[in-house]
Amino acid sequence: MSSKKKGGIMPFLLGIAAALVVGWIIFPKVLYVQETQPVRFSHKLHMEQIGECNLCHSNREERAYATRMPSTKDCALCHYTALTGSSEEKELVREYIKKDKQVPWKASQKQPDNVYFSHLAHKDLECRQCHFDMENRDNLPPKYVNRLTGYTKTTMKMHECERCHARENTSNACYVCHK
Amino acid sequence: MSESMQIHEHFQIKWGMVIDVDKCTGCGACQVACQAENNIPPSQQSFDRLRSVHWLYVYKLENGRPYPESDIAYLPRPCMQCGNPSCASVCPVIATTKDEEGGIVSQIYPRCIGCRYCMAACPYHSRVFNWFDPVWPKGMEKTLTPYVSVRPRGVVEKCTFCHHRFQLAKRRARAEGRDPHHLKEDEYIPACAEACPTGAIAFGDLHNPEHKVHQLSRSEHAFRILERLGTEPQVYYLSRRPWVRRQGDNYVQKDQQRGE
Ligand code: HEC
Ligand code: HEC
Ligand code: HEC
Ligand code: HEC
Ligand code: HEC
Repeated sequence: MSSKKKGGIMPFLLGIAAALVVGWIIFPKVLYVQETQPVRFSHKLHMEQIGECNLCHSNREERAYATRMPSTKDCALCHYTALTGSSEEKELVREYIKKDKQVPWKASQKQPDNVYFSHLAHKDLECRQCHFDMENRDNLPPKYVNRLTGYTKTTMKMHECERCHARENTSNACYVCHK
Repeated sequence: MSESMQIHEHFQIKWGMVIDVDKCTGCGACQVACQAENNIPPSQQSFDRLRSVHWLYVYKLENGRPYPESDIAYLPRPCMQCGNPSCASVCPVIATTKDEEGGIVSQIYPRCIGCRYCMAACPYHSRVFNWFDPVWPKGMEKTLTPYVSVRPRGVVEKCTFCHHRFQLAKRRARAEGRDPHHLKEDEYIPACAEACPTGAIAFGDLHNPEHKVHQLSRSEHAFRILERLGTEPQVYYLSRRPWVRRQGDNYVQKDQQRGE
């Protein structure tokens, strides 16, 4: 009698386990497409050479405060011809710098269309408080795009913005961040 | 209105508009500027109320008298950004609020569930519902304003006083090392006010004596629409013609009104 009961619960548990595997592991994998960066880039290596973020990320519109993606011109400053034997670098020089074409960098933290963000309002904060620790990273963060919504996975979430605003005594009115 | 009914917070800045009805020629430039600025798709059939979206609408007023006393006026109607917004208090999901410095009533499209209570509550018909996804003629998507998000089908939208221009003006002030909460006159103005060829639309901080709307809103010719409902609109109108001012509210014969 009791062994029959046991046999009755096993399929149930297996079913739950299978559902959890699908829900927690397979579905999130299927939901997001991983976009790879067009060119390998190491912040760690370049920060040893340059020492400041502004050379590649400063934005004239926001008065030399880091925000924009680097342009090919920034790379051409040093990479007009290949410096190393790296094939990635050769491709950079051949495909983008010589042709004066922009590298289609994939912003891994792009906010959705309905969010307004300004780096200028946050200029007293460390980049690290909102971004990966780039300075010590040897590769670029991969970009995961949600197949259904088109949103990126690693963007800062609303509750993270709001938590800091509350802590810093800054307004959390909807229209501060939304458009 | 009793003090207890005042639900609005007190803001340091109160963005307001003063529209001189006597200067308005009804040309519609404000309406076009509004559509272009705020990514409102052109309507194929502008008489089809189901398919046309207007954030700003120019109404025609008539005094109803025979010639030679007949007279007309045009009245542009944006969102009034009410001090006591009846839309915000009925929203079941907090998609529309009046909580930001400046007093602009927000409308957060991704939060909106399209129940349209706010449309029923708004006495000014300032809100519109998207029955259809927006469609732009080929090539026109290049003219979209990047600072204004596009609304999908199924949400309510309304005039925001070109709120993105406020965000950008604050950003510019920060870039120049100035206080973003003390913008100068005309540093932030909506597209309609900018486009008006006769200068009928003045815009600024109603609390700031350095801004012209401060004075204009206190003129004896100033009135607000349906003022007696207690919605406390942040949009004022000016007219030297008593019959125009009288149409601003549901007055009966013996009622006194401003400027009489
Ligand atoms: C030599 C040029 C260069 C310098 C200097 C540089 N970066 Fe970058 N940065 C890049 C490139 C190239 C990318 C690639 C963009 C991407 O992620 O798609 C990037 C991406 C980023 C991103 C990711 C943006 C995103 O949304 O994916 C962050 C954050 C960032 N950098 C921060 C920094 C910080 C902080 C510093 C200074 C410590 C710095 N960078 C210095 C070239 C540079
Ligand atoms: C200040 C000069 C400077 C700038 C600007 C610069 N680099 Fe470099 N980069 C170097 C140097 C030096 C090396 C070689 C480092 C080494 O091998 O020790 C290098 C190496 C590389 C390599 C090969 C190493 C690897 O990681 O595979 C790539 C790829 C590269 N850079 C990409 C870029 C890109 C993309 C940009 C523009 C966003 C850029 N660099 C801007 C100085 C620069
Ligand atoms: C308060 C949080 C915050 C801080 C601090 C911050 N960032 Fe960002 N950053 C963001 C957000 C959010 C985005 C996404 C913006 C968007 O997509 O509109 C972003 C985007 C970026 C991008 C990509 C821009 C693009 O065009 O997609 C770069 C590069 C970047 N940040 C670099 C930096 C650097 C360098 C610093 C430090 C000097 C820094 N950020 C500090 C929040 C922050
Ligand atoms: C680590 C803390 C922190 C985080 C995280 C943060 N903020 Fe802020 N933010 C601030 C502070 C502090 C200010 C006030 C700056 C000032 O008043 O000069 C501010 C101001 C702003 C402003 C300007 C407000 C105005 O009135 O002009 C905007 C917009 C904004 N934040 C958006 C965002 C968004 C969107 C995010 C999330 C992606 C975010 N913030 C995350 C600290 C933060
Ligand atoms: C401090 C900045 C900030 C404030 C204040 C803020 N939001 Fe957000 N909100 C964000 C950011 C950033 C995102 C996008 C990231 C995410 O999905 O979490 C977002 C996303 C959302 C989304 C989901 C959007 C989607 O397409 O899935 C909704 C809904 C929303 N916000 C509503 C509101 C409402 C309503 C308020 C006011 C009560 C508000 N937000 C206030 C920053 C903010």
